[in-house]
Amino acid sequence: MTTDEVPAVRMRGIWKRFGTVVANRGVDFDLRPGEIHALLGENGAGKSTLMRILYGLYRADAGTIAVNGAPATIRSPHDAIAHGIGMVTQHFALVSPMTVTENVILGCDQRIRLDLKAAQQQVSAAADRVGLSIDPRALVKDLSVGQRQRVEILKALYRQARVLILDEPTAVLVPQEVEQLFATLRRLRQEGVSVVFISHKLHEVMQITDRVTVMRAGEVVGAAETSRVTPTDLARMMVGRPTIGVIKPRTISAAQPQAALQLEGVSARNNKGLPALRNLSLEVRAGEILGVAGVAGNGQTELAQVIEGVRPVTSGRLLVCGQDITNAGPRRAMDAGVGRIPEDRHESVVGAMSVAYNMALEHLDEFTRSGLIDRRRLRQHAERLIGQYQIRARPDDPIRTLSGGNMQKVILARVLDRNPRVIVVSQPTRGLDVAATEYVRGKLVEQRQKGAAILLISEDLDEILELSDRIAVIYEGEIRQILDAGEATLEALGLLMAGLRR
Amino acid sequence: MSEASLLAFLVGLLAATLRVATPLLYATIGEVYSERSGVLNLGIEGVMFLGAFVGFAAAAQAEAAGWGAYLWVGLVAAMISGLLMALLMALLSVTLGLNQHVAGLGITLLCTGLAMFGFRLVFGERPVLPRISPFSQLNPFPGTPILDPLLNQYLLTYLAFLVLVPASVWVLYHSNFGLQLRAVGENPEAADAAGINVFRIRYAALAISGVLMALGGAFLSLAQLGAFSPGIVAGRGWVCIALVIFARWDPLRAMFGALLFGGMFALQLRLQTQGFQLPYEVLLALPYLVTILALAVAGRHAPYPGAYLKPYRRE
Ligand SMILES: Nc1ncnc2c1ncn2[C@@H]1O[C@H](COP(=O)(O)OP(=O)(O)OP(=O)(O)O)[C@@H](O)[C@H]1O
Ligand SMILES: [Mg+2]
Repeated sequence: MTTDEVPAVRMRGIWKRFGTVVANRGVDFDLRPGEIHALLGENGAGKSTLMRILYGLYRADAGTIAVNGAPATIRSPHDAIAHGIGMVTQHFALVSPMTVTENVILGCDQRIRLDLKAAQQQVSAAADRVGLSIDPRALVKDLSVGQRQRVEILKALYRQARVLILDEPTAVLVPQEVEQLFATLRRLRQEGVSVVFISHKLHEVMQITDRVTVMRAGEVVGAAETSRVTPTDLARMMVGRPTIGVIKPRTISAAQPQAALQLEGVSARNNKGLPALRNLSLEVRAGEILGVAGVAGNGQTELAQVIEGVRPVTSGRLLVCGQDITNAGPRRAMDAGVGRIPEDRHESVVGAMSVAYNMALEHLDEFTRSGLIDRRRLRQHAERLIGQYQIRARPDDPIRTLSGGNMQKVILARVLDRNPRVIVVSQPTRGLDVAATEYVRGKLVEQRQKGAAILLISEDLDEILELSDRIAVIYEGEIRQILDAGEATLEALGLLMAGLRR
Repeated sequence: MSEASLLAFLVGLLAATLRVATPLLYATIGEVYSERSGVLNLGIEGVMFLGAFVGFAAAAQAEAAGWGAYLWVGLVAAMISGLLMALLMALLSVTLGLNQHVAGLGITLLCTGLAMFGFRLVFGERPVLPRISPFSQLNPFPGTPILDPLLNQYLLTYLAFLVLVPASVWVLYHSNFGLQLRAVGENPEAADAAGINVFRIRYAALAISGVLMALGGAFLSLAQLGAFSPGIVAGRGWVCIALVIFARWDPLRAMFGALLFGGMFALQLRLQTQGFQLPYEVLLALPYLVTILALAVAGRHAPYPGAYLKPYRRE
């Protein structure tokens, strides 16, 4: 590849402000034909914003875009598609009650009649061509996250995309799916498609990308060939200072003898009415972190929901500090001392409401005076938490405008500030950058030292191994085995997660 | 009742059911289009009223001028009035993103006022209501005397049941426009990201809805009554809003809903004229009670369009 080649995309001097926040300050970005290009940066660095501008979802305040050397005006995704640009956004843009085929062809067929049969064949053919296996007749709402992502990629390719933007595609995938995605990306590269790959995982960036651009606080701080840099260089560029050693010495267990959370023979069904938890028993003691490892979809979601009181138990008992809260509902669970940090950040906040409201949401009654909400108290509370948890936001910002890391900090602050006796946390660091991840993990350990019982559900095995005192492996709704952290290895966990008994 | 007279009663009831259901069917299907695109169009009651008035006024003028096709002039005028109101609704709720309840009720108030004012302006104060000779009923399938009363219907009724319903099923489920319309109503962000112009689709859906609502209103003045009066629509628009939910936003089910309500309405009329021993207020309430009941049963877990009531705006 020569450097005087015409770039597939050239962005120059891109500025974008949201109110007082400057998300992009004069960003220059070049994407060469047929390369996989990593876009790196901490939460809130402006990566998504830059790419949403390229796809026409946002409009830049200033700056120019050229596609294949020709100036391009991109005012909407429609324009971007016409220039051969496709994007898979961080939150998928799919119509869930519709089929895969309908989603893929949506808006590209200019004929009057909708010929679903022919479309299905075309979609199948397109899927086979790039090695994405998917049933074209399946409803999107029945698909797993990984499958939905394939639909999104297919959608872009079906629109003849020559530039494919993937915003944190691996954040929601299990390791096997990541491998599949990478295989697809390599295939696309061979066909000359250029890929923008946003990720926080440095080893993925090293593995799959040809070049990398690093952003910090809305600016590009450097670009390089991937083969010429080390992960440490990249981390340093991202945070603007040498990073702290990743592995910290394990803190000594603070576990106390009594169980704070007990599940006795709990069974529950999933949304489709099928058994999701089968006669599951476990205990988490005060002052310990019990990690739950497992391949996605083996009952982790339902387990968390049962403890949070939002999913009914069909048999068995659920006790928090000795108090029976079986099927008592979320309010009682919260009152008994259960704090929840759910899997899907966006589902546990009210996007249009301010940070301050969201921080008080689960206990609004405490901010109410004679039936009215006391805004001053609400604000003071928010200001205190924002300071204490170093959240980059103001109390009045609508929470949906926060970056992933900051949104997670808000949720963390909301829960931890009440010192819950039991904390159920799912995928706490999904999509977070190195610094935010460290921060969140540190906070969890801190709560453990204070005597909280923490059930940590995560698909990130490194996270489980780093934080847990004991590790439970969940498989098809059952706990297969519980290991002490000392005896757990990656291989042992992997075998158990695959359903093989030792 | 003898067997023959029972049969005659039933045929007559069915015939009346079709007539009563016709305006409901136009307006309900109109509302289906707009709600499927994510916009609740509460302008329905007013647009029906305006359609009834504009249709009547235009037809009356054309008739006075001696035009043979005066009824069709009325019909086209009504449709244009519906279209204009729909565009205003779209401007308020789609372009400006105002609250759809407020915008829709505003349109209904505006239409009601306009029609009343227009009526005074065109016809002045008169001791007797002005009349035109309305559409006549016809039987395209003569030859079975016993079915004659049933088949003897307005052309607009035939169009509603035999053309509008299948055509709407086709448009919604078998055309690319229908796919885009449903996608926009379900998840406008996704539709936008797929390159669809969300605003254009919503404008189109509202335009169709306005035209159909006005047609429903014009049916009352140009076919059923041959006259216009302030009470002509009498809440039919609100019934249609309920029917849409009953129909789960499906044109075919909308037809059954309209028939159910029409049937109850026709039945209570017949019971009244037969001197049935019940206070007539109870009979009058019957169709509405049945609608509420049907809604309570069929409307539970109603699959509301995902973007129902939500204006779309890019950051
Ligand atoms: N629609 C919006 N309205 C207001 N502010 C926004 C909006 N989108 C982004 N921002 C702000 O712009 C900044 C950059 O956000 P952006 O989402 O581009 O970051 P990012 O690099 O993608 O971060 P992450 O890794 O967390 O996804 C953040 O401070 C964010 O709060
Ligand atoms: Mg982002």
